[in-house]
Amino acid sequence: MVKKSSLPRHEMPARDPAERRHTFDEVALGYSLEMAVAEASRCLNCKGPSCVAGCPVNVRIPEFIAALAEQDLWGAVEALKDKNSLPAVCGRVCPQETQCEAVCVLARKGEPVAIGRLERFVADWERMQGMRIPEPAAPTGKKVVVIGTGPAGLTAAGDLAKRGHSVTMLEALHTPGGVLMYGIPEFRLPKDIVQAEIDYVRKLGVSIRCDAVVGKLYTLQELLQDYDALFLGTGAGLPMMLNIPGENYNGVYSSNELLTRTNLMKGYLFPEWDTPVKVGERVAVVGAGNVAMDAARCSLRLGAKEVHIVYRRSRDEVPARAEEVHHAAEEGIIFDFLTNPTAILGDEKGWVTGMRYIRMQLGEPDASGRRRPVPIEGSEYEVPMDTVVMALGTQPNPIVFTEADALTRTRWGTVTANEANGRTRMERVWAGGDIVTGAATVISAMGAGRIAAGDIDAYLADPSGPWWVEPAAEA
Amino acid sequence: MYLITHKEVLGPVTKLFVVEAPEIARKAQAGQFIILRVSERGERIPLTIADYDRAAGTITIVVQELGKSTQELGTLETGDALASFTGPLGRPTEVKNYGNVIVVGGGLGIAPIYPICRVLREAGNHVTGIIGARTRDLLFWEDAMRSVTDELIVGTDDGSYGRQGVVTTPLKELLDSGTQYDAVWAIGPAIMMKFCALTTQPYGVRTIVSLNSIMVDGTGMCGACRVVVGGRTRFACVDGPEFDGHEVDWDLLLSRLRIYADLEQVALEAYNSARAAS
Ligand SMILES: Cc1cc2nc3c(=O)[nH]c(=O)nc-3n(C[C@H](O)[C@H](O)[C@H](O)COP(=O)(O)OP(=O)(O)OC[C@H]3O[C@@H](n4cnc5c(N)ncnc54)[C@H](O)[C@@H]3O)c2cc1C
Ligand SMILES: Cc1cc2nc3c(=O)[nH]c(=O)nc-3n(C[C@H](O)[C@H](O)[C@H](O)COP(=O)(O)OP(=O)(O)OC[C@H]3O[C@@H](n4cnc5c(N)ncnc54)[C@H](O)[C@@H]3O)c2cc1C
Ligand code: SF4
Ligand code: SF4
Ligand code: FES
Repeated sequence: MVKKSSLPRHEMPARDPAERRHTFDEVALGYSLEMAVAEASRCLNCKGPSCVAGCPVNVRIPEFIAALAEQDLWGAVEALKDKNSLPAVCGRVCPQETQCEAVCVLARKGEPVAIGRLERFVADWERMQGMRIPEPAAPTGKKVVVIGTGPAGLTAAGDLAKRGHSVTMLEALHTPGGVLMYGIPEFRLPKDIVQAEIDYVRKLGVSIRCDAVVGKLYTLQELLQDYDALFLGTGAGLPMMLNIPGENYNGVYSSNELLTRTNLMKGYLFPEWDTPVKVGERVAVVGAGNVAMDAARCSLRLGAKEVHIVYRRSRDEVPARAEEVHHAAEEGIIFDFLTNPTAILGDEKGWVTGMRYIRMQLGEPDASGRRRPVPIEGSEYEVPMDTVVMALGTQPNPIVFTEADALTRTRWGTVTANEANGRTRMERVWAGGDIVTGAATVISAMGAGRIAAGDIDAYLADPSGPWWVEPAAEA
Repeated sequence: MYLITHKEVLGPVTKLFVVEAPEIARKAQAGQFIILRVSERGERIPLTIADYDRAAGTITIVVQELGKSTQELGTLETGDALASFTGPLGRPTEVKNYGNVIVVGGGLGIAPIYPICRVLREAGNHVTGIIGARTRDLLFWEDAMRSVTDELIVGTDDGSYGRQGVVTTPLKELLDSGTQYDAVWAIGPAIMMKFCALTTQPYGVRTIVSLNSIMVDGTGMCGACRVVVGGRTRFACVDGPEFDGHEVDWDLLLSRLRIYADLEQVALEAYNSARAAS
């Protein structure tokens, strides 16, 4: 018999790069049942599985994969969804190569089990059957309000509804889903999948109210008068700029604006949809995270001829998921490493005409352990450019904090919360996801929503005991 | 869905809508705005809160039909509903007793200055209003404005109604009249606000304008609305929309308002041909 570890990992079928440059249809096409079962049978079903520890929410990986290998698909669904309420999303967007798959035992000898792809397969199969809605617990009479409908909020709301609490979600935008709707593009995460997850949460009895900007329409204090508990999952939606000359020229976008126009407002379908989005022939995207890859690949699909990723560090430090970098390169995105913009150039009518760059080299390691990029003196040069997108990271949007001084924040604008239970310094207010960690991942936001929901449930049953315990003092 | 409970045609291209939005009405203050979408595929368009009725739970907006979105909005009738309606957004007008104030509304700007006049008057100010438009058809709310001002000057650029000339002429006359004015509000097209600010600058009278930059979310998330005031980049939707007119980089605002000019034309033509076909 062939040793499992020597069986090759099954490649993910993907749309042809030349074709997909022009369409927002999903790039990765998903396994067939045969491929999924074959890939699942590569798993060794380890006794002390290292993969589980690599997953931020400890998905029962060997169990769901074993069930899949035996073609017990509902069994696989059950094992998978026990820990992960958004598997169709996570299977597509988790950075598996640094999480579960990085520590799969097979990774040491060859190629890890394609855990993410299997997760996606099982979740997609379930959706095609029609998701089974669990019977919620008897009503507790407690009311919880969840602010923000990203992965953190959706998970918290779903868990709380299952436990019999009455849950209302408030969302600032006109469509729920958070970054899953406005940020991550259709070709990577189809929006009907996100909407199916939202439908599921609604069917659990959660009521979702859009067009509600908390901090403007209500303050947190006002909401606490009507609800027993409040979960803050408003993410990190404030764009950062470089603060270099020329950033206000026409043709300079924050990644948030470009992606919101394109994805949430469906600018790629203009004029059938009303919101325009404009990219020129040459586009520079500054930054190299997932957001930058998405902005670059959207620009290409919106008609740009030449799209550059401009990054001040080198290829080894690129923070985006490996699959996105690979797909971007396949599609013809050009990577300008060790390059830093020092100015955006424009014409007298106020439009971008080019960029001024300086070359960088890697110096000594900095606090993050990465080698610090330092400018090479005298290496400045200019290139023509029509559109510039700043994808430099985001911070929590302070709009929600109106009259909420009790909520302490760090100097990065994130909310102070005990990550063991999600409690903030403001009584009856929990927080989780990007609002606490700064821009992170879908799965970590989901995990935080789940932890907070557990603690909210416990608190609503028994609110005695001190509200805040210093996390350090707990040990 | 947000119900339109009342529609009024104020002129050939100027329509008033009263929209059922009790929670927004409870919180709304002069100087703030809402963002609405006419339909599921619609753009998010910012419109100033022209009035609010907390008891009835309604918000009044006045819209001037320019491009596709505002023209489509103009076709809605009482009983129709909007796809979304979000607010109140932006900072309220800073209201206190300044003393003598002049409030200038140009064209569509008459709608947003109405609630501002009312609250300034309630705060004890002596309010002199100036309203003007290109031509008589674009003027509205003269009576409403009289009821919230101590004096009102009405004019049109072409002389078809009231005094002939642009609003900066009576503005300058007031400043030259010997009366001490303590603050000026000027709201209307960007170019009109720019010239009002230039007019008051030599007199050193604090001049507040409401910047109508292009917006998407209206909550500080996208940066589409960025403007430069006093040399600093600000987001009009959360830091404004009201700013010190003497500090605004007007050329930048005017340039940024033109970003989508060509595509706006495409949208309008597609809309008109679809309308003609049906
Ligand atoms: C373009 C892009 C690509 C990404 N790609 C990946 C990826 O491939 N893999 C991955 O794991 N992660 C990725 N991420 C990160 C991931 O999406 C986030 O970490 C995650 O969505 C955070 O979830 P959240 O629930 O904390 O907040 P969000 O998803 O940000 O949701 C917050 C919600 O709260 C709403 N809100 C904000 N303020 C208010 C208010 N005052 N009142 C009411 N509602 C409010 C917002 O409108 C939003 O809907 C990406 C992020 C971006 C932007
Ligand atoms: C805070 C704020 C408050 C506003 N209040 C009102 C109001 O009370 N009533 C009202 O009628 N309009 C108001 N506006 C302007 C209104 O939002 C625009 O007229 C509208 O978005 C145009 O959409 P459209 O598709 O019909 O026109 P488009 O096709 O987008 O544009 C048609 C023409 O209008 C110009 N234009 C586009 N966007 C704006 C804008 N934001 N401001 C000014 N001109 C623009 C374009 O340059 C073009 O010439 C406000 C704008 C802001 C930012
Ligand atoms: S949720 Fe993400 S990290 Fe966890 S098992 Fe699934 S793909 Fe791996
Ligand atoms: S570590 Fe790898 S082989 Fe072992 S159970 Fe996990 S996925 Fe399977
Ligand atoms: S409109 Fe998006 S930040 Fe102001």
